[in-house]
Amino acid sequence: MASLDDLKKRIASVKSTQKITKAMKMVAAAKLRRAQESAEKGRPYSEKMNNVILNLSNGISDKENAPKLLSGTGQEKTHLCVVMTSDRGLCGGFNSNIIKKAKSYFAKILDEGKELKIITVGSKGNDQLKRVYGDKIIEDISFKESKNANYFDADKVGKMVIEKFEAGEFDVCTIFYNQFKNVITQIPQAQQIIPLNNEGEENSSEESYEFEPDEDEILSNLLPKNISTQIFKAMLENSASEQGSRMSAMDNATRNAGEMVDKLTIEYNRSRQAAITKELIEIISGAESL
Amino acid sequence: MSEEFKVEIVNPEKSFLVKDDVSEVVVPAFEGEMGILKDHISIISFLKPGIIKILSKSGDENYYVEDGIVEFKNNNLSILTSTIFKLADMDKSKQQDLLKQAEEEANKTDINDQSKYLADQKVEVLKTLN
Repeated sequence: MASLDDLKKRIASVKSTQKITKAMKMVAAAKLRRAQESAEKGRPYSEKMNNVILNLSNGISDKENAPKLLSGTGQEKTHLCVVMTSDRGLCGGFNSNIIKKAKSYFAKILDEGKELKIITVGSKGNDQLKRVYGDKIIEDISFKESKNANYFDADKVGKMVIEKFEAGEFDVCTIFYNQFKNVITQIPQAQQIIPLNNEGEENSSEESYEFEPDEDEILSNLLPKNISTQIFKAMLENSASEQGSRMSAMDNATRNAGEMVDKLTIEYNRSRQAAITKELIEIISGAESL
Repeated sequence: MSEEFKVEIVNPEKSFLVKDDVSEVVVPAFEGEMGILKDHISIISFLKPGIIKILSKSGDENYYVEDGIVEFKNNNLSILTSTIFKLADMDKSKQQDLLKQAEEEANKTDINDQSKYLADQKVEVLKTLN
């Protein structure tokens, strides 16, 4: 059995851990509010963008010659996966959930005998993937310096993806991120961005538009922007998810620490009482023997 | 019968501006400036660097944009843009910064004709502001 002193020290250390996790939880809660807000504010842009593209692609007369970003290269040999994770740990299952989703996708692609290329965004994803898929990672990006997700960063990633697409380095591009549902639920998502997957989406309006210049030219201008927009949306969702995940993880940790402190305190009190009782018995039996 | 319609400007981070008492908007469309009044036909076009002029009852406003898409439908004008500044809020140093960036971009040799054209446009517009 641990001595009284040891117990005391352990209680103190668990308490200080609890203080840290509590503080982290509160920081995460504050950040979450901001991240959630910006995720909501960013929604109109990506929705409108989607709408316009939907209208445009329906208006296109010549499907054969549609821009490659929309219709694809016609084959599915090389897959590029952009795995978006956080730069910091201690956020529960946030990163492992994305990685798990990504890994099962990777396995499927490799099973089919297709080629795989990976871009990791965020250092945690890179840490976890480089052990198994180190040779497949072609680019590793991290925005540690940026405090919040911003469009400028997303645009950088988007431009890189497009550059590689135009150089013919891949045929299909999928991004992996966590979609924010609420504080306790984040859903890992795999979203195909090249070629654009519009199937299943009904065009809301049958109205015809006038285009200036013509559809093709607008589309070829718009599609690259859409890539950046989608990546930016993923970044926003991710940052809200990260904070939410961290908040609930830290909340759990704080509660667990509390339970541990209680348990240790009871043990401490018991052994203190035992020591006192023992001393009393010794004194009494000493007095009796006289 | 009012001659007003609604305009909404959104950038990736947020909804930048919403106004519903607008009488006319002039946008720098790719093939030249385009004025939009109420009951304009539905149109989609994209923007080159330039000035958006919004004329409304509550006062006229000017914005500098570098790129974007305009969509007009059912008397709703949506402008999607990644770079937008209100002219009134832009001071000289900000303008100079943007101008410098644009000039650097325009002087690059390894860019294609279209980016070159857009960069030149940027320089031109920014110069007229000063």
